[in-house]
Amino acid sequence: MMNFPAYTNFWGKLAKYLHVIYALLVLVFLIIPIIAIIPLSFNSEPYFTYPMPGFSLKWYEAFFTSPIWIDSLKNTLIVGVISTLIATVLGIMASLGLMHPRLQRLAWLKGVLMSPMIVPLIITAVGVYFAFSPIGLSNSLTGLILAHAALGVPFVIVTVTATLAGFNETLSRAGRILGATPLQCFFKVKLPLIAPGVISGALFAFATSFDEIVVAIFLTSADQRTVPRQMWSGIREQLSPTILAVATILIVMSTIMLITLELLRRRTERIRTGSL
Amino acid sequence: MPTAKLMKMIDSPLAEKLYASEAKVLKRNLRRSERFGLLRALLLIFPLFVFLLLTFILPIGSLLMKSVTDDVIPTEWPALTQSLGAWEPAKKQLPDNQTYLNLVADMKKSVDNDGNSRVASRLNFQQSGMRSLIMKTARHLDSLDLTNPKQALIDTDERWGQVGTWTIIKFSSRSLTFDYFLNAFDYSRDEFGNVVHNAPADSLYQDVFVRTIVVSLTVAVLCVLIAYPVASFLAALPSKYSNPLMILVLLPFWTSFLVRTTAWIVMLQTNGPINQFLLELSLIAKPLELIYNRFSVLVSMTHILLPYSILSLYSVMKGISPVYVKAARSLGAGPIKAFFNAYFPQTLPGVVAAGILSFILSIGYYITPALVGGADDQLASYYIANHVNTTLNWGLASALSVLLLGGVMVLYIVFVRMTGGKGLKLG
Repeated sequence: MMNFPAYTNFWGKLAKYLHVIYALLVLVFLIIPIIAIIPLSFNSEPYFTYPMPGFSLKWYEAFFTSPIWIDSLKNTLIVGVISTLIATVLGIMASLGLMHPRLQRLAWLKGVLMSPMIVPLIITAVGVYFAFSPIGLSNSLTGLILAHAALGVPFVIVTVTATLAGFNETLSRAGRILGATPLQCFFKVKLPLIAPGVISGALFAFATSFDEIVVAIFLTSADQRTVPRQMWSGIREQLSPTILAVATILIVMSTIMLITLELLRRRTERIRTGSL
Repeated sequence: MPTAKLMKMIDSPLAEKLYASEAKVLKRNLRRSERFGLLRALLLIFPLFVFLLLTFILPIGSLLMKSVTDDVIPTEWPALTQSLGAWEPAKKQLPDNQTYLNLVADMKKSVDNDGNSRVASRLNFQQSGMRSLIMKTARHLDSLDLTNPKQALIDTDERWGQVGTWTIIKFSSRSLTFDYFLNAFDYSRDEFGNVVHNAPADSLYQDVFVRTIVVSLTVAVLCVLIAYPVASFLAALPSKYSNPLMILVLLPFWTSFLVRTTAWIVMLQTNGPINQFLLELSLIAKPLELIYNRFSVLVSMTHILLPYSILSLYSVMKGISPVYVKAARSLGAGPIKAFFNAYFPQTLPGVVAAGILSFILSIGYYITPALVGGADDQLASYYIANHVNTTLNWGLASALSVLLLGGVMVLYIVFVRMTGGKGLKLG
């Protein structure tokens, strides 16, 4: 079943089994903390121990009936959606430009466009805070949207340029010869074919904004709380099972995003191998 | 449209005949079309470039500026700044009477706009106690006897009769200053303006940087060591088996790190599942202190960064053909020799990439150590945030940021070189 060289003696087999067991143990280590907190969010008592005395949905009820949590969810979604839109549109345009052979040789240009991914978040947060405060963009959703859009852009560029690399330019030329304007050509030929890359880039950008907390701490006050920001203060004050309910909702969301991405990846692969 | 024109020319039945005579025109058109293509590419990148310039590059540039410039004192106390410029603390003599007079005049002018308070905060960053001195003097301004301003000020507070006080003001009043960087390396100026290393009790940042590097390095090494066998196992499996197992790596990768940090807080608590489990098995008599220490920081950071290591090692290992190891084995190499001579060298790019990536990511960590670590486990990021939010010493925060950013940039360049110019990959 595995591509390992056949070990016929006892020690060889032992080593192989130990390798398999070790790898499985690490995989369990990766998933266990995430799995373990989900049942605790349904605990009828506010304790974090097993076995649980009873089942209850009250922590979820607390989440959905709390104006603070609902407001932060609303803010998170507003910031996530708008910043993703900005990042995706600007990112696609830049990726199209970056395909030009003469620009591909300019490493610094790509470096600049990718820099929000590399710079530690705390530095981005402090820089943006210093720059945005004097122009009234701190303590506003607008400031957070702009900063999150900048953080999301590299993800769009990475995925879209990767998909564009596999795009067959002949199709665009065919479109042009058949009389389509460049814009029509882009929307009717290119965009549908690179859509998987665009969507996964947008998903990455959305997830980045949805999870982002360091910039949010610096740029928001009580009126613009986002879900991660609210979780952060909740954890610091007192860890309540409501936080675990929020965590569980977030785990479900990331699972959905993961599945979507996996489906998109398979579709791209099919397109690339030509078996669509 | 130059391209359309070109097409028309080539398509025409006369093309061949025309070619010789029209070669120049064609060439010119082609060049024009290429120029147009480049222009269009630049125009497509332009909006994003401007956007990032305004929301990202300029803010970080301003951070750089804040670490070496400070205009508070030159703005609020211009006359004093002027006269202190010529004064030399190394001569160990107090400034002249005119300087004292300028101080009083500047302070009087700055009373209305709260400028003295700003100056006081600025000076307090250099030495605690300066704030109270300035505020106290500001309160006594009206009762000062200006026939002998020097004596009047010294009577208000004896510190006005010390060279050290004036040294601090002189060096803080320079618009371009490297004093924040001195502070960031635990150096300061003595009474006479010489750069000296801080006493061990006042030294903090050298320890912080060493700690940040030690923690990040430990996490990076742990990540690579733990990830290597897992990635090689997954890479050796046929995709029918490895794809479902890969979900166990990708799901944590996609789960918010705040959720994962929360999970570790719950798991490691004194009354949490791990302690309870160990008690149940009677392995321990009383709950272990698992959280708010170095152990919890290392466990949770390694857990958060492990998927990155596994994924980057996996992508390299997936491209290694098993033929080489098989060949080595058939030529008589033992399993250990075959691994180190045939397999391991091929995975080195992945090892280096995974290590540097984990190191870069952990070096900037703020949230996780802040939530699960103790007071002695906070990394550089924590002190930056602290100086921005609590002490309001923005110059020092900027200097620390610049140092952190410089370190990350150098590492990233190494990382890009090691991965063959490809940089970060996703999923």
